[in-house]
Amino acid sequence: MSVASQAKGQNQEILRVEKLNKSFGTNHVLKDATLTLRKGELKVLIGPSGGGKSTLLQCMNFLIPPDSGRIWLDGVEILGHKKRELYAYRQQVGMIFQDFNLFDHLSALGNVRIALTRVRGMSRKDATDRAMAELDRVGLAAKAGLYPAQLSGGQKQRVSIARALAMDPKVLLLDEPTSALDPELIGEVLAVVKDLATAGMTMIMATHQITFSAQLASEFVFMEQGAIIEHDSPAALLAPGACTRTKAFCAKINELTGEPV
Amino acid sequence: MNFEKALRAIIDSLPYMLGGVWVTVGLIVGALALGFVLGVPLAVIQVYGRTLARRLVVLYVWLFRGVPILVLIFLFYFGILPHLGLDSAFLAGVIVLGLTSAAYQSQIFRGAIQSLPAGQLKAARALGMTDTQAISCIVLPQALRLSIPGWSNEFSILLKDSALVMVISVQEIMARTRSVAGRTHEPVAMALFAGVLFFILTWIGLRLLRGLERRVRIKGYSQEGSV
Ligand SMILES: Nc1ncnc2c1ncn2[C@@H]1O[C@H](COP(=O)(O)OP(=O)(O)OP(=O)(O)O)[C@@H](O)[C@H]1O
Ligand SMILES: [Mg+2]
Repeated sequence: MSVASQAKGQNQEILRVEKLNKSFGTNHVLKDATLTLRKGELKVLIGPSGGGKSTLLQCMNFLIPPDSGRIWLDGVEILGHKKRELYAYRQQVGMIFQDFNLFDHLSALGNVRIALTRVRGMSRKDATDRAMAELDRVGLAAKAGLYPAQLSGGQKQRVSIARALAMDPKVLLLDEPTSALDPELIGEVLAVVKDLATAGMTMIMATHQITFSAQLASEFVFMEQGAIIEHDSPAALLAPGACTRTKAFCAKINELTGEPV
Repeated sequence: MNFEKALRAIIDSLPYMLGGVWVTVGLIVGALALGFVLGVPLAVIQVYGRTLARRLVVLYVWLFRGVPILVLIFLFYFGILPHLGLDSAFLAGVIVLGLTSAAYQSQIFRGAIQSLPAGQLKAARALGMTDTQAISCIVLPQALRLSIPGWSNEFSILLKDSALVMVISVQEIMARTRSVAGRTHEPVAMALFAGVLFFILTWIGLRLLRGLERRVRIKGYSQEGSV
């Protein structure tokens, strides 16, 4: 591959959302949200609680149907009302939830395997092999037989990442993957996210882990009251002397957690 | 009461009464199965269905919970089923008890479905599952487990309600009890005997369901519930 085409590959649009809007009753919680995820990049969504981060992420895979707006995956527009297209689209867009949402009646292995057999139509054996490989990748091959209630929070979140990865998604949407975890468990999940970023997974992650994400993110996207207020590289937004909402917000968070900006 | 005469009545009628036990078992198994097969989709529709379908389910549940089983038995046995070419009293009993049980069972399942965290369905959808797949692979396996205690209740109530079909001469336990009592003039002894038979059936059924509940319990959850 030539350098030029490689560069083009790096810039390739994977997911693009344009002017997404969502209201709950009279509460307009998502206002013209527009963003593009390029191949291999990690965008980080930050902003105050209630700012609309979760709503944006769930609108991106139609778990919450947006009231208006358009979404493209690999240049193909996805129409949320066409069921078949929607199901195919969701297989390609992995989602990680704040509270894991593992299937409680299935073992770690069963959680990773079920969509492979039921959605992908893989044989049980192939699906088991694939699921074990994904559990191994997040360091949990030895826990495959345990049920969600037998796993720690950090292990649950890693299983849920394995479950998403097993579907070979083109993009991962992560909604505060570490917010429900005790401080000592956050590291093991962030390590997996870091590995994924290094491996070139395209991701958008809502998080309050400012210091961690500043090192990995290609862009910070700051959301407040349903609107994207600022978006730029962390370096630019947090530069000394920069006078941005993002910087003020990060300073406030880090004041609370004791981390320097 | 002549104790010996009473005992004789019971012993002499034993094979006949045990035949009634099998009829009762047939009624209850048929009715519970019919109630289950109808109750699960009714519950799913009531939770996930479109407005019109939901309203129809609610209407159905109101109807079968509101009208006495005896009324339904007469209605079906003399009114509806003959038009369909069905004149078996046993079948009428199974159908009426089953349709009634479906109404009650649907509400047991609905409660269980609605008690699941919304995130379960979201996670299933996020993996690309269709609604049918999400409901059958994720929602129902969990909801049905949670339904077992409530379902045990429904079983024990329906078992005793099944005696009502004696009014259309289905030869279950109570119908036979009445005829033996009439013949031997030992109504009290025979009533006690019938009571014991129902008690034993209830006990066996509840034991089986308790065993089932234990066998399908999700690992890591204690009997006291989740953490
Ligand atoms: N299902 C819903 N029904 C009604 N209002 C909702 C619903 N979900 C979210 N909201 C509202 O939408 C707004 C945005 O919520 P959202 O969860 O997207 O914020 P967030 O940025 O993810 O916050 P947090 O950092 O606390 O997770 C809030 O005002 C919230 O109350
Ligand atoms: Mg949120």
